[in-house]
Amino acid sequence: MSDTWTQIGNLARRSIVRTLRQPAYVIPPLIFPTLLVTVNAAGLRPSTLLHGFPTHSFLAFAIAVPFIQGALFSTMNAGTDLARDIQTGFLNRLALTPMRGSALLVGHMAGVMVLGLIQSIFYLCFALAVGVRFSAGVGGAFVILALASLIAASFGMLGAFLALRTGSGEAIQATFPFLFVFLFISSMNTPRNLIAVHWFKIAATINPVSYLIEGVRSLIITGWDGQALALAFAVALAIGSISVVLSTWALGQRMART
Amino acid sequence: MTSDGFRSYRSVVLGVAWRTVHNALTTPNLVIPTLAFPFFFFLAFAGGLSQLSHLPGFHFPEGYTSFQFVFVMLQSAAFGGVFTGFGIARDFEYGFARRLMLAAPHRSALVVGYAVAAVIRWLVVAVLLTVAGFAVGMGVGGGGVELIGLYGLALIVNSAALLWSAGIAMRFRTIQAGPAMQMPVFLALFFAPVYVPLSLLSGWIHAVARGNPVTYFLEAGRSFVSGEAAYAGVAFGAAFALVAFFGLWALRGLHKAEAAGG
Repeated sequence: MSDTWTQIGNLARRSIVRTLRQPAYVIPPLIFPTLLVTVNAAGLRPSTLLHGFPTHSFLAFAIAVPFIQGALFSTMNAGTDLARDIQTGFLNRLALTPMRGSALLVGHMAGVMVLGLIQSIFYLCFALAVGVRFSAGVGGAFVILALASLIAASFGMLGAFLALRTGSGEAIQATFPFLFVFLFISSMNTPRNLIAVHWFKIAATINPVSYLIEGVRSLIITGWDGQALALAFAVALAIGSISVVLSTWALGQRMART
Repeated sequence: MTSDGFRSYRSVVLGVAWRTVHNALTTPNLVIPTLAFPFFFFLAFAGGLSQLSHLPGFHFPEGYTSFQFVFVMLQSAAFGGVFTGFGIARDFEYGFARRLMLAAPHRSALVVGYAVAAVIRWLVVAVLLTVAGFAVGMGVGGGGVELIGLYGLALIVNSAALLWSAGIAMRFRTIQAGPAMQMPVFLALFFAPVYVPLSLLSGWIHAVARGNPVTYFLEAGRSFVSGEAAYAGVAFGAAFALVAFFGLWALRGLHKAEAAGG
């Protein structure tokens, strides 16, 4: 067991250092979501005049989105890193060692989780700087950090699965538009009860990303909403669990030991 | 230019355009984002934000789908130019542009070739987007003739965005300059009345939007769709001015690339 922890520690250190050394991994997930939310909040401010809109500040309503958008970047980062390990033969060399598959997957997630936490702290600070106040208070801010880190890890594991299946960094990059569909066809810009187009309302309702956004959002504009939080954590755990199972299976296929 | 010179110029333009279009439409990693992004924006904005048409002061009789169609059409035109700029940067990074420059008697033909490719690439998206718009019930006012004005405006915007991106690509000569091409275009598009008319914006975004030429492209485009052309002179004037300015910017970029040896 201690061997496994040593393996996880070594791979986690490598993953963290490798992630934080690449400005292209660190800077865009910080800048792009905050820029997008600023521009969208300015343009969509009149939405708050709609009857039934839950807050008078569109920025407070929309600030949940960067947390989820940042997690989407985790998918790309985790996937691209692992795909590079496959393309450069690093994974094949690891396959010659007694390393456990679980150590590879857990260790590989360390960089994504650390970056996810940095992103979440940055978004929280940004929110406070632009005048957003958290209805759930300081405790709510810590729950947002926990939920955002869980979401980043879940999406990161999904990226790992894609990398293990495709073995190509280019293919991972090409999935980016498809991940964005989940963000756009959700309740990111309008509460679900105010969506008028029927098909869009159905799509947003069956889209798990809606529940992740609404979980984070509830702590900012509502306070402690047990149902929204339970749904958000359940969806994040479900995505993470399914991704772990799929990644473990894909890793077994990829690392054919002799 | 002699007739031989013209034929040679045309040959370079067509060669560069054909190669660029062929790459853009046959490489999945290039064709998917080009086609997918405008559709995602169209579906997300027209579907998810349609309640905004019920705001007091929002008057657009053709409906919110038509209102957003104009933005997505202009956005696809601008990003069609930017994505082609990525290809120029890649050609320089991998040394292909150096060989092109050795082979072309008039090097400005390379820029014109890329611009033609950007237009063809955008036309494919425009046709598909228009079909999708009508399929989801987009309304068009007047006789529909004014729609030609929208496509004409979008075509000029496409060329302006290509020339901007080409200037960046030929100065930096690496695909790492992609964000420098993309981000200003993205900001210019979103610092305009994207979701609601200009009159409903307030605060700093209203002030910024008033000075942003994209605002007048959108206002004119939306007036073409509603069949009551307005702001057309301002919009076309601003669009041609951008093409002229970024044309000079691209040619100076070409000279810098020549001086650097490609």
